[in-house]
Amino acid sequence: MYNERVVEHFSNPRNVGELPDADAIGENGSFKCGDTMKIYLKIKDDRIVDVRFLTFGCGAAIASSSMLTEMVKGKTLDEAMEITNQDVADELGGLPPLKLHCSNLAADALHNAIENYRKGKGKIETA
Amino acid sequence: MDHSATTPVREEVVEAMLPFYRELYGNPSSVHALGRTVRRAVEEAREKTALALGAEPTEIYFTAGGTESNNITLRGAAKKRGKPGHIITSSIEHHAVLDVCSELAAEGHRVTFLPVDHYGRVNVNQLQAAITPDTFMFSIMAANNEIGTLQPLAEIGEVAREHQILFHTDAVQLVGQLPIDLKSLNVDFLSLSAHKFNGPKGIGALYMRKGAKVTPLYCGGGQERKLRPGTENVPGIVGLSLALELAVAEIEEKRKRLEALRTKMIKGLLAISETILNGHPEERLPNNVNVSFKHIEGEAILLGLDLEGIAASSGSACSSGSLDPSHVLSAIGLDHPTAHGSIRFSLGRGNTKEDVDYLLQVVPRVVDKLRRISPTYHA
Repeated sequence: MYNERVVEHFSNPRNVGELPDADAIGENGSFKCGDTMKIYLKIKDDRIVDVRFLTFGCGAAIASSSMLTEMVKGKTLDEAMEITNQDVADELGGLPPLKLHCSNLAADALHNAIENYRKGKGKIETA
Repeated sequence: MDHSATTPVREEVVEAMLPFYRELYGNPSSVHALGRTVRRAVEEAREKTALALGAEPTEIYFTAGGTESNNITLRGAAKKRGKPGHIITSSIEHHAVLDVCSELAAEGHRVTFLPVDHYGRVNVNQLQAAITPDTFMFSIMAANNEIGTLQPLAEIGEVAREHQILFHTDAVQLVGQLPIDLKSLNVDFLSLSAHKFNGPKGIGALYMRKGAKVTPLYCGGGQERKLRPGTENVPGIVGLSLALELAVAEIEEKRKRLEALRTKMIKGLLAISETILNGHPEERLPNNVNVSFKHIEGEAILLGLDLEGIAASSGSACSSGSLDPSHVLSAIGLDHPTAHGSIRFSLGRGNTKEDVDYLLQVVPRVVDKLRRISPTYHA
């Protein structure tokens, strides 16, 4: 059902955890279908210099979270805002059709973090 | 560890079936010698099947499996009735009963889906209270496929008999796991499926008590006394009867062995923090273990286990292909996140103590790894 790249990211997820000194935190998901992703960004001069994530969800949700963190490191905030959920799925070499809408939530969590940062309330209050 | 999904066909069963694909390929309805030989094999299979269940051979009808047996019973009884009536079933039935009941409801029948307690058991008093003058059928499963909980068949049968209501039980998960004696139970219809007890797929049976009547759903031939017309699946019938005969002969030994493994598994799994057992601690199938690991999602657990060579199943939304977790786990009162983290392990004949030891090594590791990724888990 999943390709090797997805399984590889699921087995060895990159950038797992929290960033205690995060400049922005974002979240996306719904507990109804089960999946939730929390993303932590370290930002310097409008550029993402470090990133971590925590995800509750299926194999696809974990793999796409991991993939996204690899994709955004070093990107400017504007560049990061351009990344879509579909880009993440493509970078993984595709996800099963059923998973595309429910478990592919990483880019939305990232955008949420950046929006929070831009609204100036990205500092850790929720942690 | 996924034997409630299906089981491998026993070698001796395969061997017994093969001649009926080769030299004994005849049609049991044929008048000639080959046909008569095959007819004899079908009737011997019927006798064996009846004997294993405590039934009469004339009460056994071969079908394509559990789903077909359920449909023949429920739709057939509704058709026979000929006017709207009331059916009582439980909220944790397999979809092969639930969906038939929902369709019958859409066609004008009234259906009561009885709630269950947090172990998954139907309350007989509630069942009794739900009866109305037009109740014509109870359909209550013998053992639940997800959580393994056993229903009080004897008591439900007494209520059915007292009120002259037909009683159907989907016993697909029970047959071959625990002894059953239809002579001592007031069950009118019982569905079973061969592939759950090391028989072939695509073959099942319906027990229909003498005197109980339904209108056939199909027409076209006289096979299975017109209840299930169509040329008989002879190799399947032979395979089913032998698999059942063997399962019943070994039932006590297997039960003891699997219960010991199950107890060990439950104890080992509950040693993992924030893990709960789903279903009844004792009144459950000897081969069923169902647990919820909080803070993590079932499909991810399945994938993690699969990568370590362990096959299991889950009631999470992701593994069900819908957005909601299993109706069974919701009915026993699990909240969504807990239901999403449920895993069913189901033991079979081939499982050993070593398998359980290996499982108990792997599961804590997989669970811990996923919890480290979870936003809701705080060690």
